[in-house]
Amino acid sequence: MKILVCITHVPDTTSKIHFTDNNSKFDPTGVQFIIGPYDDYALARAVELRDQTGGSLTALNVGEVETEPTLRKALAIGADDAIRINSFPKDSFFVAKQIAHVAKEGGYDLILMGRESIDFNGGMVHGMVGELLGIPSFSPVMKLEVEGTTVKMAREIEGGKEHLEAQLPLIAGCQEPIAEWKIPNMRGIMSARTKPLVVVEPGSFATQAEASSYQLPPAKGTVKLVDKDQVAELVHLLKNEAKVL
Amino acid sequence: MAILVYIEQASGKIKKTSLEAVSYAFALAQKTGEGAVIALALGTVEEQELAAVGEAGASKVLHSTDERLNAGVIQAHATAVAQAFHAVGASTLILAKSSLGDAVAARLAIKLEAGLVSNVVELPRLESGFMVKRSIYTGKAFADTTMTTPKKILAIKKNAVAQKVDGAKAPVEVFDLTLPDTDFASKITATERTIGEVLLPEADVVVSGGRGMKGPENWGMIEDLAQTLGAATGCSKPVSDIGWRPHHEHVGQTGVKVAPTLYIAIGISGAIQHLAGVNSSKCIVVINKDPEAPFFKAADYGIVGDAFEIVPQLTAALKAAQ
Ligand SMILES: Cc1cc2nc3c(=O)[nH]c(=O)nc-3n(C[C@H](O)[C@H](O)[C@H](O)COP(=O)(O)OP(=O)(O)OC[C@H]3O[C@@H](n4cnc5c(N)ncnc54)[C@H](O)[C@@H]3O)c2cc1C
Ligand SMILES: Nc1ncnc2c1ncn2[C@@H]1O[C@H](COP(=O)(O)O)[C@@H](O)[C@H]1O
Repeated sequence: MKILVCITHVPDTTSKIHFTDNNSKFDPTGVQFIIGPYDDYALARAVELRDQTGGSLTALNVGEVETEPTLRKALAIGADDAIRINSFPKDSFFVAKQIAHVAKEGGYDLILMGRESIDFNGGMVHGMVGELLGIPSFSPVMKLEVEGTTVKMAREIEGGKEHLEAQLPLIAGCQEPIAEWKIPNMRGIMSARTKPLVVVEPGSFATQAEASSYQLPPAKGTVKLVDKDQVAELVHLLKNEAKVL
Repeated sequence: MAILVYIEQASGKIKKTSLEAVSYAFALAQKTGEGAVIALALGTVEEQELAAVGEAGASKVLHSTDERLNAGVIQAHATAVAQAFHAVGASTLILAKSSLGDAVAARLAIKLEAGLVSNVVELPRLESGFMVKRSIYTGKAFADTTMTTPKKILAIKKNAVAQKVDGAKAPVEVFDLTLPDTDFASKITATERTIGEVLLPEADVVVSGGRGMKGPENWGMIEDLAQTLGAATGCSKPVSDIGWRPHHEHVGQTGVKVAPTLYIAIGISGAIQHLAGVNSSKCIVVINKDPEAPFFKAADYGIVGDAFEIVPQLTAALKAAQ
């Protein structure tokens, strides 16, 4: 089975977000970048499936040169090779077009992604790529087993889950507990240095919805503390001051 | 040009966030001077539920009663919405952000060659082009985004507009669809749903417990409080990781993002990843025995003390005030 995993290069979940250049650009100063947490689940499950069924596992990112350490980390975790499509990810439509273009040529049986990126949180790229390739897409997938060409999945729905069966090829947007995050070991890190990381130039696709300026939410005021022996006072405040009851 | 709204339902009940999407479309139509707001409901839906769609601002409701659409079959829903979009000559599609909504919207963006922006938090500004504000970095920031395509899809975050309730009764028309069998190629083999609970992503009030609750056997007091408030229950990630609570209750950066009017956090420290899932709440109340817990910095009201004493008192005080 040929597996493709699409990974994002995003600020660590503990990052404080800042913008520069008159709020027109993300400020990476002091920010540590990681594989998107949902993409990390997708990658972990992909490694397990590749180990089970044989075949190959390719990690893909649409990004500029600074994302290469993130792709190397995916190689260290277990991807066999990596592809970087050399472009800033301008919007989800643009990214989906790039991924679909490369995926079509690769002829992958299974494409795993994260349920959403944690920078733009669209949860859109898997559906777009699915439609572009004419194959089904499922998200958020919390369990995925492959038996021959049949894929058995559990998808989270509001207030529960849904069990599904579909045929390869397909795309799944993954989330926990599909697999446990894998931490690269020493051998993985050593071998990652020599595994192939191919850079391809982007196709010339249009964008549809590019961000032009950014804002931070207004600062939160200070908390109003209520004494633990005056619990009824809290109810009074919620009702008459905050007016939320 | 009309605005089409994709309505989501569960067991015949229309989701509140979908009614908000209708109200968003109504406000948008007023702003752009566009014509009708037409809502599309798929599958079996109760009649009085369809009435609420008109009250929320729709001028007409299209209803496809094909029972195969009761479940959220992504491809089939996308095909259905695309057919309705063309049939009514729509320019814009509005829907509520949800896991199904996202999946359907993404496929439609390609099918309809429409621009798509998700997590929209307010009405667009039209002074220079079509500019929408969306939430990014899991609620840690906002981006102004210019949409350049003639056709547009907006996935609306909860509370982007207030739900309208005083609209006129809208006529309901049966909408006939032709759905290819290939859209149903994937089979839903079973569905597990907790019935009767308030759905977390939709809830106006959420009561969440963290590791400070010590164990699943202590959730009774969280549930009592939630029930008194008509609230949904949530939890922190470690709580669902250890299996004290089901996974779909886990709130935060890697879980459900909630946007209630009132969020009550009990025995949760307030790690940045948890805060990322609750930062769209209107009012946050924190109960924690540690006065240094980071959650107090993100809270509007707080009580420093032992949850096991405070929570039952709070429930009693709320009952007394009702
Ligand atoms: C990549 C990544 C993603 C993550 N995503 C999420 C996420 O989406 N959601 C999430 O929640 N976490 C997430 N986490 C985990 C997060 O960092 C924290 O570890 C977690 O939120 C802590 O949960 P907690 O507050 O319940 O537990 P703790 O940090 O153990 O806090 C327990 C709190 O309870 C208080 N307490 C104890 N006893 C009592 C009592 N009797 N009465 C009152 N208060 C009491 C304590 O003072 C303490 O503040 C993520 C972590 C990583 C690395
Ligand atoms: N720039 C990118 N490069 C590779 N994969 C991406 C990129 N952006 C998004 N994806 C994939 O698409 C998923 C959903 O992203 P999004 O639609 O942005 O929330 C992510 O979890 C990734 O798997």
